[in-house]
Amino acid sequence: MRFSEAWLREYVNPSIDTQRLVHQLTMAGLEVDSAEPAAASFSGVIVAEVLEVSPHPQADRLRVCLVSGGSGEPLQIVCGAPNVRAGMRVPLAIEGARLPGDVSIRKSELRGIASFGMLCSAKELGIDDPQTGLMELPSDAPVGADVRDYLKLDDCIIEVDLTPNRADCLSVEGIAREVASLNALDWAVPDVPAAPTTIREEHPVSVSAPEACPRYLGRLIKGVSRTVQTPLWMRERLRRAGIRSLDAVVDVTNYVLLEMGQPLHAFDAAKLEGGIHVRYAAPGEKLRLLNGEEVALDPDVLVIADQRKALALAGIMGGSDSAVGDGTADIFVECAFFTPSVIMGKARRYGLNTESSHRFERGVDPELQTRAIERASELILSIAGGEAGPIVEAASPPHLPRRAPIPLRYERITRLLGMSIERPKVAEILKRLGMTLADHPEGWTVTPPGFRFDIAIEADLIEELGRVYGYESLPRRHPVMATAMRPVSERILDLDRVKNLLVDRGYQEAITYSFVDEARQALIEPEIPYLALKNPISSDLAVMRTGLWCGLLDAALKNTFRQQNRVRLFEAGLRFARRDDGIEQRKSIAGLAIGAVHEEQWGEAARSVDFYDVKADVEGIVKLTGREAGLEFVAAAHPALHPGQSAEIRLDGERLGWIGMLHPRLEKQLSFEQSVFLFELDQDVLLGRQIPVFHGISKFPQVRRDIAVIVDESVTIDRLIECVKEVGSSILRQVVVFDVYRGQGVETGRKSVALGLVLQDEAETLTDARIDETVGRVLERLSREFNARLRD
Amino acid sequence: MSTPLEELLVQARKQVAEADTLGKLDQVRVHYLGKKGVFTERMKELGTLPAEQRREAGGRVNRAKDRFIADLEARKSVLEASELEERLKRETIDVTLPGRGQRTGGLHPVTLTLRRISQLFKNIGFDIVEGPEVEDDYHNFEALNIPAHHPARAMHDTFYFDEHTLLRTHTSPVQVRIMETQSPPLRVIAPGRVYRCDSDLTHTPMFHQVEGFVVDRDVSFADLKGILYEFLTLFFEKDMQVRFRPSYFPFTEPSAEVDIECVMCGGEGCRVCKQTGWLEVMGCGMIHPRVFEFVKIDPERYTGFAFGLGVERLALLRYGINDLRLFFENDLRFLSQFAAF
Repeated sequence: MRFSEAWLREYVNPSIDTQRLVHQLTMAGLEVDSAEPAAASFSGVIVAEVLEVSPHPQADRLRVCLVSGGSGEPLQIVCGAPNVRAGMRVPLAIEGARLPGDVSIRKSELRGIASFGMLCSAKELGIDDPQTGLMELPSDAPVGADVRDYLKLDDCIIEVDLTPNRADCLSVEGIAREVASLNALDWAVPDVPAAPTTIREEHPVSVSAPEACPRYLGRLIKGVSRTVQTPLWMRERLRRAGIRSLDAVVDVTNYVLLEMGQPLHAFDAAKLEGGIHVRYAAPGEKLRLLNGEEVALDPDVLVIADQRKALALAGIMGGSDSAVGDGTADIFVECAFFTPSVIMGKARRYGLNTESSHRFERGVDPELQTRAIERASELILSIAGGEAGPIVEAASPPHLPRRAPIPLRYERITRLLGMSIERPKVAEILKRLGMTLADHPEGWTVTPPGFRFDIAIEADLIEELGRVYGYESLPRRHPVMATAMRPVSERILDLDRVKNLLVDRGYQEAITYSFVDEARQALIEPEIPYLALKNPISSDLAVMRTGLWCGLLDAALKNTFRQQNRVRLFEAGLRFARRDDGIEQRKSIAGLAIGAVHEEQWGEAARSVDFYDVKADVEGIVKLTGREAGLEFVAAAHPALHPGQSAEIRLDGERLGWIGMLHPRLEKQLSFEQSVFLFELDQDVLLGRQIPVFHGISKFPQVRRDIAVIVDESVTIDRLIECVKEVGSSILRQVVVFDVYRGQGVETGRKSVALGLVLQDEAETLTDARIDETVGRVLERLSREFNARLRD
Repeated sequence: MSTPLEELLVQARKQVAEADTLGKLDQVRVHYLGKKGVFTERMKELGTLPAEQRREAGGRVNRAKDRFIADLEARKSVLEASELEERLKRETIDVTLPGRGQRTGGLHPVTLTLRRISQLFKNIGFDIVEGPEVEDDYHNFEALNIPAHHPARAMHDTFYFDEHTLLRTHTSPVQVRIMETQSPPLRVIAPGRVYRCDSDLTHTPMFHQVEGFVVDRDVSFADLKGILYEFLTLFFEKDMQVRFRPSYFPFTEPSAEVDIECVMCGGEGCRVCKQTGWLEVMGCGMIHPRVFEFVKIDPERYTGFAFGLGVERLALLRYGINDLRLFFENDLRFLSQFAAF
């Protein structure tokens, strides 16, 4: 809501300056977005009358004018505006004037003719008006008067960002009421005299949906002039409210909308076929709107129709067929109250948001219609002439909103606001807001005025009290709360700890969008049923991620495009899948690694990250849970991963996630230039923690025996180790893999695995004989199970 | 006849003096003191002397030997000291060469901000709870007193999956979910991702919010003011102006917006605060009785307040970031600037 401060002050004029007023509005919940001067600053511009216009001897497009500035001799001014004519009154910048843009006016010569000033357009005065050419002032503008004073340009345009509950402030009168109550000034809306009815003609009105339109007023005004220009004062007020001046009739309806908050509509009476009928749209009915669009009407949309067809979307926008135009002489002015819930959502459905729908869906004062139509009539008659017929009203009082009395308990005010407000103060604040109070044993019963659609319960009244009393004046208290100690479970690993570990291992946390590109996701996780947004913001953010790799790959790729050759990223968040029984949202954490193991450094040979580096990161994470004994990596195929370098990760038999190298096909498709390693873990499976259980520490020395065995490639290390552990169970403390070798001395298809066996007994020092015997049994078992041969 | 003891001692001491490494010195030691060393042999020879001379001769050998040992020790210290000196010289490095090994990464600034917020509220006994991001219309709107077609819905540009399923537009539905299942007293914050169908310079289609609420006997607007004032001044580690301005949310009544004195210009007026000197950072209010009715909490018995804040907004202000979109571009040159935590 934009309005001129001067207009507001014509209604209510508290003795505070603009800055204070703006602050007051903001702190009362009418947030002021901006307060800007109505015109740029300028000086030395007066109202002048053009006396004579003659051609310029040297230039076709210039005219030489004789202009009267009130006092002294007429001045000779050279002017290039096409609309200059004798008799018009225009702004004249006299010698010494300063115009916006740091322009100063001096006597000058234009193509040989002296010019003693400049006739101005609105634009040259810094007034945002679409009119081109000289700014034409009314013929009664006092010649010689300062234009700033005459146009009241020392005004401020205030824009208030109203919350949806304050429809009552969508008008200058509404703001005035608010300002009056904030400044404890007595104020009431001005009376509007009834316009004289000089013709008897009526246009019939019927309403077949009274619950949707409990009140409909209309009146014919015949013989309005279509050529008359809207007076400057009205154009200026409209302009300052951000509304373009169109023609006198439309300008008047807009003006009343701004003044009172009541939307009105004028139909061309000649285009109406039979009486007005307010009804719901018929199936299949269509309507061409004022904006030129044709819309198909749904049966829950209220329309204003004549006997033949729909003419307007009730409360939203008029139709083009019945619009007032150049040939219009007789108009039918509509002024109605529509039930907010009937209008709500309809404008949005048709992609419209009009001044009218904005007000009707929030609630227009149901008592306002008569005053508003009289005001509009008065203005139309005085500006465009014509003769008004009687007002025709179709009203259904039972369907008009009624404000029920609300009990307000004094004790409750204190309880909710945290401080008490004196009883007389409570009553005063509420009365100034237009409420009616009656005594009640615990406080009052309060009936809000018709225009306050937002006040229905006790809490609403308490908010009004807090608001007008001032939130800033309410105390700040330290809440007293129970101090029971909160449980802290050691059986749950905090995700933050996992994140910290990854950070310490060189990963940078990323946050990517939860929606991804559908085609991209299909490459990575083609088998998971996904959720698609009905209204995505763009096609690359159209479906919900089924895993975190899609976003990480995208982020990594963009970084490699920026010459980042080493990337470590991780992300934690939800992944989404469509399941038969609903939508699955699981917490996940995933990582990605590209490039050298370490950042480039001196004294160490560079090595690219591989599967085992990333595996160590995963092992590190799992170790935080104390459940590393239950961790398994099982070679398995994943659509996004290299079939020879991918594994399903299991923890205590449950699937924890996946790890592997991005499939070379995808690597190429996504235009990566290096291998990419990925892992993703399910948080719910991961974050259960095993509380440590102490084991005794052996007092006896430990010994290590190293063995190297040659086995087939197909024998996995975890099987070897498991076997070794089984044999050496009682005294084997640890098995270390310290080399895997292929090449000279080892047949093709076989590999040499070097294992370090760490042995120790709980109860005695191990003898050589016992050690040899254990190692012997290990070798014998390996040879039997895996055809392992001891390497020489 | 063997060399006289005096001569022997002179020779031995000379050899000690001439030994220029610990190795050579040790050879000298072995030569004189080893199992078959010169002094050892002399001691053995004593046995052949008559008993009356043995004592006196033994004394002489021992004195010579002690003298030698003293020389030996002294020489050893000297040599050890110079050898250490040499080693130190040899092992001297350029300490200005960079360290090696794994460098650390860093957390996302949104995470840093979320942790900071959570920690402050945890301090005073708030529980931290998360909720689903794919929500239903009931929890995101209906139960928060935003019925279908309510004008407030226009302020939430919602992503839909179908008529009833959507991406939550705020973290407030967590409030409903908690109140549905738990009984007061409640003190909860709910951080998380939220989504709005809006993307431009100052909006990203996904961002983070923290919803917080307290439900208890006699919780008032004054308590809300107290907690949020404390939170904001502690978050920014600055004693600053905080103001509460009436506003409107369908799920709170009374409702307020919270402004802080602009942290960029200290309230003087700048581009960031649009010359107002104030920055809007939070929305809050007393929980609307209708919301309590939806979750079957008796609004006569309990009152409560709720607040919501935008995490990116606080992160922007805290770290002086000038472009919201940087948060989700995941540019390492941006992210690595927050590795100091």
